[in-house]
Amino acid sequence: MSARWIGFLERYQQGTSPIHCLDPRLKLLATLAFVLLAGLAWGAIVLAGIPWGQALKRSAIALPFAGMVALSLPFTQAGQIVWTLNLWGWDLSITDAGLLLFVAILVKAWLSVLVSGLLVATTRFPDLLLGLQSLRVPAALTATISFMYRYLFVLVDEALRLQTAREARSVGTGRTVFWRARVLGGLIGSLFIRSYERSERVYMAMLDRGYAGEIRSLTRLTWQGRDSWAALAWGLALLGVALVARLSSLGVG
Amino acid sequence: MRMPPTEPIIQVESLSFSYSGSRPALIDLNLEVNPGEKVALVGPNGAGKSTLLLHLNGILRTRNGSRVQIDGLEVSDKTLRAVRAKVGLVFQDPDDQLFSPTVFEDVAFGPLHMGLPEAEVRERVARAMAAVGMVGYEDRMPHHLSLGERKRVAIATVLAMEPQVLVLDEPSAGLDPRARRRLIHLLQGLPQTMLVASHDMRLVWDLCPRTAILDGGRLVADGPTADLLRDEGLMAAHGLECP
Repeated sequence: MSARWIGFLERYQQGTSPIHCLDPRLKLLATLAFVLLAGLAWGAIVLAGIPWGQALKRSAIALPFAGMVALSLPFTQAGQIVWTLNLWGWDLSITDAGLLLFVAILVKAWLSVLVSGLLVATTRFPDLLLGLQSLRVPAALTATISFMYRYLFVLVDEALRLQTAREARSVGTGRTVFWRARVLGGLIGSLFIRSYERSERVYMAMLDRGYAGEIRSLTRLTWQGRDSWAALAWGLALLGVALVARLSSLGVG
Repeated sequence: MRMPPTEPIIQVESLSFSYSGSRPALIDLNLEVNPGEKVALVGPNGAGKSTLLLHLNGILRTRNGSRVQIDGLEVSDKTLRAVRAKVGLVFQDPDDQLFSPTVFEDVAFGPLHMGLPEAEVRERVARAMAAVGMVGYEDRMPHHLSLGERKRVAIATVLAMEPQVLVLDEPSAGLDPRARRRLIHLLQGLPQTMLVASHDMRLVWDLCPRTAILDGGRLVADGPTADLLRDEGLMAAHGLECP
């Protein structure tokens, strides 16, 4: 490690910002908690053999949404003013507490998507459904998810066919935004009608095989020894994170 | 068999039907099929083939004066469950028939909803999968299968209910020659009574000794396939081709 790097570190350690003024114990533990939680997710991702670059890229999809929702927080939360923005004669003040909340929400959203992504990437969809069913998620919900998944692929195929057909018949210029919007509208319309008609045929097929309002299935999930161990390990890890978080919030109080 | 063998297993008497607000789809249709017979149902698009098929298991219901009987049971609210267990309907598009996340669950759907115990359900799924030559595909998802494979699984979903009658709508539509050949062999080997709606005259010729021609909602001919399909005048009159 070079002297310049150390110098860089030291240069910012003399500040007087609210973050600098926090109890060092709190900062240590909070950092540890964050690293631990993120580490849990990362460890699992590495263990599952998922390319981490892809996991990172895919999990970032939540950021714009969470960012839009959280955008107002730095300006509306009470706290010490860090920075004031003058916008057309309006004073917009960014507070420290607001900023912290903003970052916390972004990180939360990102971590949530990361672990959900891990769940979906490492579990076959039918097994996921079985899991939901045996956790007593209402049948109407699991059936809807099941149909959605089954017909998503059929629908995408149909959309691609429709699109190819349109492409094949649209030659030359005249591709304005208006034209594109009209084409897209037509595409969505005919997809909707096709899906509606298909749903009637699917319902007939279900009726024919004895469907009478209730979907039955065999549960084929077996809880094994290694599941208990994994549950224990994961539970302890989460407990540790919760404990650390509790300790650090006590530090603030 | 509870009925004496001479009793027809499908009995359609003066069946008329029209979809709300349209011209009649079926007009005074009579058809009898004996146990074990394989009968082809041919005719131009809109002749009423699908409408007739949907009556055989009570998805479409008879109106006054019409009567549909399956194995001695008249199709009505009371007999609906029994009739649907006796008649297996194989739809033209296997994507309509295969609605479950895995092949196993789809084939198990019928037996489960018949209220059979788990061991029996598993046994029937295994038998049906063996009958269509798809053993080993149980955990696959339907959208990962080829059209020919999905078609065979669709047939397995009905076979698992052990029906006495198989009703098939355009079984060979969209299949490549090899998949089509396999399907015809498969159907030839099944013992069930069959009613097969098709435009595929080669399939009709190979599979069904008897043919019924439907046109404009009426039954216009019914007899040995070899006679009807060689009658060029008759075939041309109803927009059909000799194989």
